[in-house]
Amino acid sequence: MDLHVVGPLASPAERAAVDALLGPPTSGWTGGVRDPRTDGHVARGGHAARSRRDLLLPALHALQDRVGQISQPGLNYVCRRLAVPPAEAYGVATFYALLTTTSRPRAVAHVCDDIACRLAGAEAICADLERRLGPPGSPRDGDVTWLRSPCLGRCERAPAALYTIAGEVPVRESTAPVDAASIVARLERGASRRSGGDQTNGHARDAAGPAVTDSVPQAGSPDLRLLRRVGVVDPTSLEAYLGSRGFVALQEALAMGGEAVIREVGDSRLVGRGGAAFPTGRKWAAVAAQAAQPHYVVCNADESEPGTFKDRVLMELDPFSVIEAMTIEGFAAGASKGYLYVRGEYPLAESRLRGAIDSARSAGFLGPSVAGSDFAFDIEVRRGAGAYICGEETALFESIEGRRGEPRNKPPFPTDVGLFGKPTVVNNVETLVNVLAILEDGPGGGARFATIGTPDSTGPKLFCLSGHVTRPGLYEVPFGTTLRELLELAGGVPGNRSIRAILLGGAAGTFVGPDALDTPLTFEGTRAVGAALGSGVVMVFDESVDLVGTLRRIAAFFRDESCGQCVPCRVGTVRQEEILARLADGVAVRSRDEELALLADIGQAMRDASICGLGQTASSAIESAFRQPELVRP
Amino acid sequence: MTHDPSTTPAGVPSVQFVTPPARASRPPEAPPAEARPSVTLTIDGREVSAPAGSTILEAARSAGVDIPTACYLENLTPVNVCRVCVVEVAGSRVLAPACSRRVEAGMEVQTETERVRHSRRVVIEFLASSVDTSLAGTRVPDGSLAGWAERYGADPSRYGPPAPAAEAGARDTREPGHHHQPSGQEAAHAATVSQPVKVDNDLYVRDYSKCILCYKCVEACGEDAQNTFAIAVAGRGFDARIATEWNTPLPQSACVYCGNCIGVCPTGALMFKSEHDMRAAGTWDEDAQTVTGTICPYCGVGCALDLHVQDNTIVKVTSPLDSSVTEGHLCIKGRFGFEFTNARPPVSGGHGSGPDGPSGDGAADR
Repeated sequence: MDLHVVGPLASPAERAAVDALLGPPTSGWTGGVRDPRTDGHVARGGHAARSRRDLLLPALHALQDRVGQISQPGLNYVCRRLAVPPAEAYGVATFYALLTTTSRPRAVAHVCDDIACRLAGAEAICADLERRLGPPGSPRDGDVTWLRSPCLGRCERAPAALYTIAGEVPVRESTAPVDAASIVARLERGASRRSGGDQTNGHARDAAGPAVTDSVPQAGSPDLRLLRRVGVVDPTSLEAYLGSRGFVALQEALAMGGEAVIREVGDSRLVGRGGAAFPTGRKWAAVAAQAAQPHYVVCNADESEPGTFKDRVLMELDPFSVIEAMTIEGFAAGASKGYLYVRGEYPLAESRLRGAIDSARSAGFLGPSVAGSDFAFDIEVRRGAGAYICGEETALFESIEGRRGEPRNKPPFPTDVGLFGKPTVVNNVETLVNVLAILEDGPGGGARFATIGTPDSTGPKLFCLSGHVTRPGLYEVPFGTTLRELLELAGGVPGNRSIRAILLGGAAGTFVGPDALDTPLTFEGTRAVGAALGSGVVMVFDESVDLVGTLRRIAAFFRDESCGQCVPCRVGTVRQEEILARLADGVAVRSRDEELALLADIGQAMRDASICGLGQTASSAIESAFRQPELVRP
Repeated sequence: MTHDPSTTPAGVPSVQFVTPPARASRPPEAPPAEARPSVTLTIDGREVSAPAGSTILEAARSAGVDIPTACYLENLTPVNVCRVCVVEVAGSRVLAPACSRRVEAGMEVQTETERVRHSRRVVIEFLASSVDTSLAGTRVPDGSLAGWAERYGADPSRYGPPAPAAEAGARDTREPGHHHQPSGQEAAHAATVSQPVKVDNDLYVRDYSKCILCYKCVEACGEDAQNTFAIAVAGRGFDARIATEWNTPLPQSACVYCGNCIGVCPTGALMFKSEHDMRAAGTWDEDAQTVTGTICPYCGVGCALDLHVQDNTIVKVTSPLDSSVTEGHLCIKGRFGFEFTNARPPVSGGHGSGPDGPSGDGAADR
């Protein structure tokens, strides 16, 4: 390949930002100063540079964080450093919503207008912002702007906003609740300082630390297993973690050996909590048995399903548990390297995880000799850049590898051909934290875990309650708790209004009516009523809600988040949104029944023929609502 | 298909295309691959044997079962994105792409069930309602999109009349995650990828109104043939498009004008400028064209060329997919370096100067 790079040179700030990540360039071939004496005869770059392709997305982040956009000179510099063709790098940069290749103000508020925030008045905030700052994205040459954003994962305290302020010390900060005045004030404060804000440590942070009980009303309860440290143990202190039985499960795992760990996880009948409910033990065993080397473990922390915030709470408030569980996963699967892919909208979770990894490494819980054993393991954090699709495991691999987050066809499955083409275990954050509960009481823990919940849905489960409930937040209950019991735990619907609908599982989930309140929240129980637990979203809509407007927002979400690779999803999500727009605005080009029949035709093709779960579920919630006419009556 | 001299209008300068005589010996072929063990599966209830590692599509075609494809081409890695070739595999929750799913022993494949037919019908409707497919498929071995639309009862018009075309360049700068949400009125029209054709060089044009995003051109430009990587897919979702970096015009891009992207384009989105201009002038007439096989005169590689000739003028050059030398791919010289043959010696009357000046009017000159 002959790298063809044209255009002006990157600015010193851009070069410095990229060099801080990649180190200084070693020759004129890789973006450095040309020296004919050394560069004239030997071509460098080549394989060594290309083998770092997986640093493309981190390098793009470095540019975006530093100058607020990916400029052509900046991208050219990255291309030379990593020997990536500019067209490919441009294709990657234009794939992610948090990166921009056009001129944009340095301080941006990404304002969530997704389904939970809509219920909390997001549209009014957007209208107010439009009056104060102009339309989204404008003015291009100004200091501050705002954009609409899909779900930011702070639904329990909606409405939410994410601030990104580029500069020498960039700011990324996610806050809820917000209003238009607080958003404008935060932007102006950020834009007025050269460094981008009142940062002290260069790490993103949470503004105005809210009470933990605002997010986890059960915090401190002795009955909790997955959330037992939340709000009780300092998430930034390794000592505090160790003082609360931290790393006990890892010691047990190292003592019992990898096969025994897999046996215990198998006995627990733990299944994945990310939505697909695949048996975790089987995944681990499959990778452990693979002859191809190396093996990788990946923690999928790209939690982006609208209405879901469980993984964020775990990562922000108990980050060491995620690190410990990943280490156990690596031990069992025979991997020495783990990647933790956290979504770009979770700055606090990311900085807490990075801090936890650093502390764990200093204390010998990560590194060449984990906890004094001969097991070597380390974890690298990778930040997403605004793409729901990257929560799909194979799209996540592509993203880590420095490519567009386009899912791969399966088979082959990740356990055979995963990250960098090697056998890979991918687990969701909540799934991993369950592993600690299985192992920390020693042998037999798997069987004991399996007694929690129901025979077919074992263990505790986290549910993300949002919308019209008195105490929204993250709740931990055993599988088998009914929907009604869960809502009562959250104080029911405010003002004793009646429930119109409940969304289970997020935008890719299912709407049920109040008649489903006695459904036990298990995989089998929700399946029996034609629903699915998905990622544990329980979003409540009272009688006042215009549900067709919500469905239109869901259709717009999938239209935005489709990667565009396969035809059924790329065009199907557009056609679906068009029908929803016509129905919501009362534009009749045919009868309502004919519109719904067309919607069903589109849905079936997307479900049957799309490459990945995004397209396969993009019509799920919408179709489920229209199957129950009482939910969508005006 | 020799251009028969007897049909040449009298007086036309003797530029003639002659099929070379059959070669006495064929160029050396690679040694035959070791025979792979075969697996047995059923396709539409019929028992079929196929070499292990082959795809459902290969097995089906060898058994005479017709499965339509759009993004598949024998000389490229399957990307399985068009989903026209989906089939039902027993035990599988969703349909499987025949072009890339490998056969397994005992696999039960159904290629024309109601589920399959529904997906194909809707996918074809999606393509035809969002893309100008008027030229799609006519030049690939699979048949035309219009033919499949009829076979599966596809009716693209049920999504509404097409929305107005985008202005030049407008689709190139759409940002991911921030699409314009249509009002109900706007949504009465079906969104399309329509936009003006991109003409920025003398050799080929890019008409992305006709692009179904099959990724073939990207593959041919990159890993599968040319290793130039001048184009890639940019943007996301319905706004995804084939682009150079920052939509740089081709002459400033890494493009080397091998034209292999044109060679693999199934919809006419990428086209010789000569063909584009003749179509615009209404003079393109495939029925009047002959195709003459020859060998490229430029270097010693010996690439097989098919010269497409209309009115005694080369209008397009392709290479057969099954040529062991080219596998359908060429370089700029073989693909575009035919202009000298059109530079006829000046003859009084001045005919035969190229595609714009077709010969045939010179009978009186001699």
